[in-house]
Amino acid sequence: MILKRTGASVITVFIISLIIFIGVEVLPGDVAETVLGQSATPETVAAFRRELKLDLPPATRYIAWLKAFVQGDFGNSLANSRPVAQQITWRFANTLFLAATSIAIAVPVAVLLGILAALYRNTFFDKAISAITLSFISFPEFFIAYILIGIFSVKYNIFPSLASIDQSMSLGAKLYTILLPALTLTSIVTAHIMRQTRAAIINVLASAYIEMAELKGLRRLRIIALHAFPNSLSPVINVIAVNMAYLVVGVVIVEVVFVYPGLGQLLVDAVSKRDFPVVQASGLIFAITYIFLNLFADVMSMLANPKLRKTQV
Amino acid sequence: MFKLLRQSPISARFGMIMIVLTLILAIFAPLIAPYEETKVVGDVWEEFSSKFYLGTDHIGRDLFTRMVYGARNTIALAFFTTAMSFSLGVLFGFLAASVGGWLEQILSRVFDILMAFPTLIFCLMILSIVGASIPNLIITVAILDSTRVYRLARAVAMDIAVMEFVEAARLRGEGNWWIMRHELLPNALPPLVAEFGLRFCFVFLFIASLSFLGLGIQPPTADWGGMVRENAGAITFGIYTPLFPAGAIAFLTVGVNLVVDWFLHIASRLED
Repeated sequence: MILKRTGASVITVFIISLIIFIGVEVLPGDVAETVLGQSATPETVAAFRRELKLDLPPATRYIAWLKAFVQGDFGNSLANSRPVAQQITWRFANTLFLAATSIAIAVPVAVLLGILAALYRNTFFDKAISAITLSFISFPEFFIAYILIGIFSVKYNIFPSLASIDQSMSLGAKLYTILLPALTLTSIVTAHIMRQTRAAIINVLASAYIEMAELKGLRRLRIIALHAFPNSLSPVINVIAVNMAYLVVGVVIVEVVFVYPGLGQLLVDAVSKRDFPVVQASGLIFAITYIFLNLFADVMSMLANPKLRKTQV
Repeated sequence: MFKLLRQSPISARFGMIMIVLTLILAIFAPLIAPYEETKVVGDVWEEFSSKFYLGTDHIGRDLFTRMVYGARNTIALAFFTTAMSFSLGVLFGFLAASVGGWLEQILSRVFDILMAFPTLIFCLMILSIVGASIPNLIITVAILDSTRVYRLARAVAMDIAVMEFVEAARLRGEGNWWIMRHELLPNALPPLVAEFGLRFCFVFLFIASLSFLGLGIQPPTADWGGMVRENAGAITFGIYTPLFPAGAIAFLTVGVNLVVDWFLHIASRLED
């Protein structure tokens, strides 16, 4: 069952790598001409094509590219002809670091708020939280980011507005620097997870065994914590994992706002410079991370809920 | 219609007022705006005054004027893209549901793969290849977004396609196209209308994000996402100019979401 789902993901990754590869293939004109510009002589174009191995047939090149990718060799950047792998590894680690920090803040807060909202549902507290989270979902990421910058770094000057970190910084200093971008992401993710938690718990609260527990005279908090929460775990875990997948991708805009040296920023830069090896490699890495986090989400909810194991994918 | 409006909850009314306000700005842009869209009229980042209601932007254009024209460009683009994504998604979804068989299999697999790919990344890659221009942007975003519409349209149409009246139409000898137009579409409309609102929000935010990354509408044309980008530097000097276009984006999305919430409520009540 899980194997089948994993197999589907692996096939998807392959198809996507193919799409990414073909995408650059069908580029109007030729990569060599695009990069070298109009003034390039035919000889330079030919030499450049040989360097990029553009003179080989596409199928051979695809296999060679994929093989090199698996071995961690992503080719050289067109912009500065440094190996792409070198730039990407550090930046990808940064992106994961930012995403992990955000999720570490978001999950406890969101689950707690979700439980509280379900406990006091239809009160003022619940409605206020619902309204706030709904608006956070509607806001563009950069709006929240600039509001946070406006408050925390301009008005009170507590946190830096640019999250530029480097390898020599200690973990504490790094965390301090990335607090604002992490908070931006947290606020959005929290909103999603919290709504899902609330809905899942309210759903479970309608079942017969909860009524039974209530009739036994158990306290509401105990009912929610011990009876309702474990049974609503499956959708909650699922939404958390889906949000992790969102985070890895959603960081792109936040990284640009805070000039954070992550993979998203690299991708946006490469897109505007039309630096294709970088675009291909970082796009594929994003896609793989995204697909496997979604796979993880499905597997986790299968483990948490035995009923799902019986249904066909 | 009016009866329905009168029954609307306060939140939906707020939402409608927000949408109508923005639409008025967008439609009557040339009448409302005090200056021309791309004309430099003052100093860089001037403060609020009776001359410049919201101050000026990074090269001295009137921000209020840019906001008003930006409403027009941003909303028109998002609306057009949503409409296109919707037609594509509904067409393929209905086709899959009414024809079935291998066509449905192929369509579903293709859309599954498109959905497995993170939209923003996919869009960035495609735009890096074909170049960022308005038609490319519209087509790319519309195709990527139609995957979500397809899912819903197919699911809704599948439920309807097994009803007796569709069966009856088939026995009468009506073709697939006739059934799609006369049986599936009218019956699938309520959930689809709510979905249109949701998709609009999503596309609107998405295009704003792309513009913010510099890949959407190109300057000097005013659009809200791009205006945030252009003025982003101001925030570190304690000037809140970029918050206005960003806030406007948030304002409209919240408005649409409030109305959509109400629609979803109605649609779910109809099912009971």
